[in-house]
Order: sequence, then C-alpha cells, then structure tokens
Amino acid sequence: MELLLSDFLILAAFLFCLSITGIFINRKNLILLLMCIELMLLAVNLNFIAFSYFNQDIAGQIFVFFILTVAAAESAIGLAILMVLFRNRGTINVEDINTLKG
Amino acid sequence: MTFTFTHSELTLLLPEITLLTMACLILVIDAFLSDEQRDLTFQLTQGTLIGTALLVWFNVPSEPIFAMSGFFIHDAMAAMLKFFTLLVVFWAFLYSRQYLKDRQFFKGEYFVLGLFATLGMMIMISAHNLLTIYLGLELLSLSLYTMVAMHRSSQTASEAAMKYFVLGALASGLLLYGISIIYGVTGSLDLSQLAVAIKNSPVEHHTLLTFGLVFLVIGLAFKLGAVPFHVWVPDVYQGAPTTVTLFISSAPKLAAFAILMRILVEGMSSLQTDWQNMLILLSILSMGTGNLLAIAQTNLKRMLAYSTIAHVGYLLLGVLTVTETGYAASMFYVVVYALMSLGGFGMIILLSRAGFEAENITDFKGLNQRNSWYAFIMMILMLSMAGVPPMLGFWAKLSVLSQVIQTGHVWLAVIAVIFAIIGAFYYLRIIWMMYFEKAEETQPIQAEPLMQIAISANGLVILGLGIAPHILMSLCLTTFGLSSY
Repeated sequence: MELLLSDFLILAAFLFCLSITGIFINRKNLILLLMCIELMLLAVNLNFIAFSYFNQDIAGQIFVFFILTVAAAESAIGLAILMVLFRNRGTINVEDINTLKG
Repeated sequence: MTFTFTHSELTLLLPEITLLTMACLILVIDAFLSDEQRDLTFQLTQGTLIGTALLVWFNVPSEPIFAMSGFFIHDAMAAMLKFFTLLVVFWAFLYSRQYLKDRQFFKGEYFVLGLFATLGMMIMISAHNLLTIYLGLELLSLSLYTMVAMHRSSQTASEAAMKYFVLGALASGLLLYGISIIYGVTGSLDLSQLAVAIKNSPVEHHTLLTFGLVFLVIGLAFKLGAVPFHVWVPDVYQGAPTTVTLFISSAPKLAAFAILMRILVEGMSSLQTDWQNMLILLSILSMGTGNLLAIAQTNLKRMLAYSTIAHVGYLLLGVLTVTETGYAASMFYVVVYALMSLGGFGMIILLSRAGFEAENITDFKGLNQRNSWYAFIMMILMLSMAGVPPMLGFWAKLSVLSQVIQTGHVWLAVIAVIFAIIGAFYYLRIIWMMYFEKAEETQPIQAEPLMQIAISANGLVILGLGIAPHILMSLCLTTFGLSSY
C-alpha cells in the first residue's frame, strides 16, 4: 500500500487535536499538560517531515531539528517551573492552581 | 536550500553578536562575584545595552539589506524597533535594581536572562524567515518563563509562571502548525519567496492557505495578548514580580509588532483581505473586553493588564488599514505604549518596599499628600493612557484613528472612540483617589536617586513628546519611507 501525503496530514491533524483537547479537558495533573505540549510539537514535526518528503525540499527537515532542540529546552524549563510550584504548594493538581483570577 | 554568507554580512549582525558575546561574558563574570559586588553585573548589563543601542542607532539603512541567505533583514523598521527595544529594556532594568535588592533576588541570572530575552527580541525584529522568527520567539519566551518564576518563594509567581508556560507553549504550537501548513502549500519558509508563491498559487490552494493563516494569526494574537487569546495576560501580570511584569509588558510588544508586520504584511500581502477581517475582529474584541473588564479590577497590576489588552486592540487598528501610514501609526502607538507601560508599572515599584507591594488601587489613595511630585507623574501617565490631550497617548490614539477613518472604516473608529471613553473612567478613578481621598498610608516614599530620576524622566518624556509629538511621529513615518508632515 502506498502512503499518500494526505494520510500523514490526517494523522498529524489527529495528534494535534488530541493534544489540544488534552490541554483543555485535563483537570488532574500538570505533567499530563507537559506531555500534551510535547505531543503537539511532535504532530507539527510529522507535518513538516511529510511536506518535506513530498515536496522534495530539505528545509522542512531542518526545521524539525530546531523544533526538537527547542522542545527539549522547553520541557526542561517546564519541569523546573513544576518543581518550584510543587515546593510552594505541595500539589500539582490543575484544579488547585487558581489563586489568580478575576 | 543553500546557506552562504560573506564576512561583510557579519557586520550587519554586529549588534546581535555584541549582545550575545556580552551576555555570555556577564554570565561567566557574575559567577566569580560576591553578593556585595553584584552591582558590577548590573553596570555591565546597562553598558552592554547602551553600546548595542548605539551600534543600532548609527547604522540605519535607507534600503533593506538581506544577509545570511535571506534569513536576516536589516531595514529602517528593524533599526528603529531594535533601538527602542534596547532603550526600553535599559529603562526597565533601572527600575529593577532597588526592587530586586529589597527582595533578595538581585542575581546575575536575572540580568543575563533579560539580555537573552532582548537578543530574542532583536532576532524576531530582524527575522526574514519563518525559522528565524520561531527561534527568536522561543528565545524570548523561554527567558521570560524563567524570569517570572525567579522569585522562588512566591506562590503567585510560580503559579503565574506555570500558566504563562503552558499557554505560551500552546501558542507556539499553534503558530508552528500554521507555519507547517503554509510551508507545505508554498514549499518555502523565506518571507520574500513566500509572498511570491502565495501570489502565484492556484485558486484551489486558497482554502488551505487561509487555514494556515488562521493558525498563524491565533499564534500571533496569543503572543500579543489580543482577545480571545488574552487569558494569560492578567494572571501573569498580577502574579509575576512587578519588575518582570514591567519587562514583559513593554519591550516584547515591540518585537511582537515586528513579527506581525513581517509575517502578515511582508509574507502574506496577497491574503490581506483575509487577515484584515481577522484583525478587525481581534481589535474590536480587545478594545471592548480590555476596557470593560479593567473597570472591575481592584488590583492595579491586573487593571494595567486589561489596559494592555485594550491598547493591543488600538495597536491593531493601524495594521489593519493596510497602508504605509497606518503601519507608521501602529509603530508610533506601540512605542508610546511601551513608554507608558514602563511608567505605570514603574510607579508601582516606586511605592512598594520590602514586604509591601503597592499593587492595590487603594494604595494610591492620597498620594498627593504624601508626595505631590509623584502624584503629578502618575497623573501624566494615567492621562496619557486614557488618551487625554496634550499627552503622548492622545496623539497615538489620534494617529491610528485618523488612518482608520481615512481608509473608510468610520464605524470601527466610532467603536474605538466609545471604548476609549469608557476606558477613561478607570484611569481617572486613580487620579481621583490620588488627589481627593485621604491617605491611608503616611510613610514617606523612599527610593534610590537613580529610580527617582528614571521615573521622573519617564513622566516628563511623555509630557514633553506629547507637546511636540512630531519628533517621534516623523521618525516613524520616515521608517516606512514616508515624508513627515
């Protein structure tokens, strides 16, 4: 079976929607939020690689390397902030993070 | 894709290279300093910012010059925005020194992160490729997340940092998804090639391009803080340490304006009818929500956050006229906004002291009795934000509104004026409290001389440039190749 460009795009769009849904309906754990963010970036990467392959253009694959690097830095910072939050609050439950509002 | 550059092109990047080198050097030097010598880090940082600003000021090109295989553009807009960014960051750090010392986080990391954020903004301003725009944006955002979380023992700061991080990462993801779609349809990441490819694209690609455009605009709106993508703004502004709020609210808006111009105006000019409608919607919602919700606030930082959202709405008015004079008016607006925002948060820092944050509106009660000079400065700032003549903020609003009327969107101008009048209420309420209510606090205001000079200069610049607005306005007009009036 030959895989088409549209197959990749549909899969990427599905993963992307899954991660957005995860960010908005998750009310339990902050780590799940971080995982959803990673998933979102991976969905974008899949898009880039598929386009790069089918357009015969290398720029998309180079972009993916940069996204991966930035994603690594981003999750490091995200986890560090999570640590600070946990030390101050003793909880990483999304529902408890609600002192700022109005 | 080929990547080449000549040595002469490196001289165009001299400000960025200087800033990067100095940021790394300061990081190393700071590691060898004791806490009493920490002022050296501060002085080196300020020196670097001045030096870089001078390098930018003395190299304003008349024609756009491309470098690094089109990844980097050096034009008049880039030079102007970079200069103002550096100036605003310099001013923000002046306000920060005493505040940080009083709260035991006068650390080298704060200034190094600030410098890296500034580098990120400069890259965003000069980026001419979607890849460089993304990298500049991430360099800025990652530094800002960390700066918000720097006050480690503060519960609100860590909560604000987490919210900022999650929503910022979501915005980057949406922006990237848009970039990937646009890249797939046009096969290019370079903004000039993108513009040509979109112009020549067949009609059946239009839906897909609009689909990508929607994601790009949402990503940009998130970063600017336009309604309905503004939810992070009030929480982050309120929760972050005031000096960081000051930093986030001022300079990054200049950089966000730059990438808005680069992506929409330079890269996607063929889709202008599409993004014009999106910007009109964002603008109306921002002006309305920002001004209405600001009335209900009791926390001054939160009120200024909603006022920022409203200002973003006015800022978008100039861009959505799709004329050169409109862009100049928007640039004027964003520079003026950055100056006003510096002053507004600067006053909160001035009234705060160790263990006390003057972040409630009631903390400004009777300021005139305590110190009439600072009450006067605060009055200038509030009148300017409300858009009362002859303050600078009035001319900023006038210039975008006159462009909106000239391009035939009279109804939009009417809506903007109505919301501006509603918005004047909460600014005037603060002036009322300062002059006509009794002070609950009687402690005299203590601040180091540097801070006093900086905040006075800030207020006087807004008053002075308000009396002679053509100085700044002609600078913005010539940036877009228009003769001044």
